Amino acid sequence: MSEEKSGAAILVESLVRQNVEFVFGYPGGAVLPIYDELFSDTRVRHILVRHEAGAAHAAEGYARSTGKPGVVLVTSGPGATNAVTGIADAFLDSIPLVVITGQVATNLIGSDAFQEADTVGITRHCTKHNYLVKDPSELAATIDEAFQIAMEGRPGPVVVDIPKNVQVATATWSENAIQRKNRYSPRKAASADEIAEAVDMIARAERPILYTGGGVINSGPRASELLRKFQEITGAPLTSTLMGLGAFDHRHPDWLGMLGMHGTYEANMAMNECDVMVNIGARFDDRVTGRLDAFSPNSEKIHIDIDRSSINKVVEVDLGIVGDCATVLEQMIAAWGKRKQADISEWKARIERWRAKDSLAYAKQVKGGTIMPQLAVERLYALTRDKDPIITTEVGQHQMWAAQYFGFDKPNKWLTSGGLGTMGYGMPAAIGAQLGNPDSLVIDIAGEASIQMNIQELGTASQFRLPIKVFILNNEYMGMVRQWQELTYESRYSNSYSDSLPDFVALSEAYGWKGIRIHDESQLDAGIKAMMEHDGPVMVDCLVSKEANCFPMIPSGAAHTEMLLYGDTVAGTMEDEAKALV
Amino acid sequence: MKILHRETERHVLTVMVDNEAGILAKIAGLFTARGYNIDSLTVADITENHAVSRITIVTKGPPSVIDQIHAQLERLVPVHKVIDLTESGPHLERELALVKVSGKGENRVEALRLADVFRANVVDSTTSSFIFEIVGTPEKVDSFIALMRELGLVEVGRTGVVGMMRGPEGI
Ligand SMILES: Cc1ncc(C[n+]2csc(CCOP(=O)(O)OP(=O)(O)O)c2C)c(N)n1
Ligand SMILES: [Mg+2]
Repeated sequence: MSEEKSGAAILVESLVRQNVEFVFGYPGGAVLPIYDELFSDTRVRHILVRHEAGAAHAAEGYARSTGKPGVVLVTSGPGATNAVTGIADAFLDSIPLVVITGQVATNLIGSDAFQEADTVGITRHCTKHNYLVKDPSELAATIDEAFQIAMEGRPGPVVVDIPKNVQVATATWSENAIQRKNRYSPRKAASADEIAEAVDMIARAERPILYTGGGVINSGPRASELLRKFQEITGAPLTSTLMGLGAFDHRHPDWLGMLGMHGTYEANMAMNECDVMVNIGARFDDRVTGRLDAFSPNSEKIHIDIDRSSINKVVEVDLGIVGDCATVLEQMIAAWGKRKQADISEWKARIERWRAKDSLAYAKQVKGGTIMPQLAVERLYALTRDKDPIITTEVGQHQMWAAQYFGFDKPNKWLTSGGLGTMGYGMPAAIGAQLGNPDSLVIDIAGEASIQMNIQELGTASQFRLPIKVFILNNEYMGMVRQWQELTYESRYSNSYSDSLPDFVALSEAYGWKGIRIHDESQLDAGIKAMMEHDGPVMVDCLVSKEANCFPMIPSGAAHTEMLLYGDTVAGTMEDEAKALV
Repeated sequence: MKILHRETERHVLTVMVDNEAGILAKIAGLFTARGYNIDSLTVADITENHAVSRITIVTKGPPSVIDQIHAQLERLVPVHKVIDLTESGPHLERELALVKVSGKGENRVEALRLADVFRANVVDSTTSSFIFEIVGTPEKVDSFIALMRELGLVEVGRTGVVGMMRGPEGI
């Protein structure tokens, strides 16, 4: 049956057709017709955030923790520009979002109308694709395609800009409308030759390593299962990027820990010394490779990635395989058959010697019961692990400590802003994750500076009764900035002190949350337990050592073999060449 | 309510710009930001020191929008001069196309005959195909391609229009 409907109604019907449960949004003039449609519609639930950046990050948290696309609805001009950081974040971390933005009426576009911004132009380079819809008759097919593009291939954000008159004007809607011709179909499977070559290289390897990334998570939970199976039959040691944590079980004896700038000694040394590297869904990010000309100099490299343009972008590889991680892993497992891995016991013995360095060691005993932030994360893990929590983070030292000292053994449980490194990501992401996983324990491990970047979202959690927990490692510093200033600028702490902090307990209570402060180590476990016992949102202000540093660390511009470990003395100056590097 | 799509007309704009990175994207952005497409675009540097490029843009839009884009183009710092050839009076438009046609027998003979009428040159041939090179106004190129479609058209490549005012004056 077909009938005449407004653009706004067609949009809502299209969202329902895509099985959208939640829309994260904020109203305004240019989306009023859509909000009016949502008013009486109970099929999609609108989550009112407090700032459009919060909407985008909440949608990311929902998407990352459920594997479904996140949907955002914001008004034109400032609504759209406020959402841009979240869109860019989703772009760099390959998170599927469909972002609906209102636009001024088509006849006003280009006239500097009230709340006009060139949203399509502004988001061109931080979206996988974007549209300006100029007629309601194009809307249904556009939304269908937007979801397909957001989800298929390498996932990412898609913006659909809808002028106000297109929301009001009518077009024919039919339930089974012809969808847009399928013009996007990325390749999923590898060729038999590529698989055979990869399997041969791995079987011959004397010092193999699996280097896995966020692509394994994006490929769905089955990819993580297949990864474990592939590791089991090859016996290869495995390391992961920040984005890939959880795809492999951190308790497995062949788990090397995270690699990269704050990765473990054994992971980085093994990357440097391996003879065959298998990159599965990672992208040779500069935070992972360190100095490129010294990156794993003697290995043959295989790179499996669904995005053709990732292959040979940063590191030249010997065998590039374009395909979906799960599909390619399945193909490799089948091709492996009953092969035997070459003897790699010597390689594993070497790895054990690196592991014996205990690169995650830190000063445990501090005067006066001051809490070491690493210990706080370890205790948080120990006391919550049986609840299988979802962890989100902000950006800084606390993020790295969470990655290093919290244990992950399942995919979709670790949500962090890796590529863009967006402070303010964690709390809205926790809100989205909690909505998508109502029975899960969701904790944002935060820094006192980052949490203030989207602190207004306290209200969203209160309104929707979301029992999220925010655990602030309060070191009164933008710790990561301070650490770099200590290591590279002779401890000139320019503007990195967190002055005039709010009383986080009073602040959270003002929003109807429970607030808890933990002063010293003797209160740590009790504080965490009190946080868990409260059936509602809780903010914990955990005061930690102010000048703890995050080790191990590969300094800017250094090679994997030049790691700084805890207790190393660090020179206070650095060459300009190194300062200029990221 | 229905969306009233405004009457559009075709305009040819010639733009002289400093040859600097990003300028082409900026110019294209002025059109897309208003939801209008560029039908064709040609760019090449035209000065001895490669410092200045001449861009010719063919677009369709409502006259008021074209006028706005004209004004916005002139406001861009690297843009020296913008001329709307369509507005300014008698001018020339030329375009070059490569047209690949395949076929045997009578069709092949007919294609050659028509090419002669249109003064298109044969720039590649096999026993079963030709590539013609044709230069002319967009209308002339259009009608040649339309005829070739009946005779086994395989592929077309067009440069897009370059244009110039008639008469002795320069830009
Ligand atoms: C939006 C944004 N602005 C600036 C930065 C640069 N930056 C990275 S970490 C950091 C400090 C974070 O401080 P805090 O949240 O207290 O975390 P800590 O490092 O102390 O654990 C800053 C300013 C950023 N990542 N994101
Ligand atoms: Mg801090």
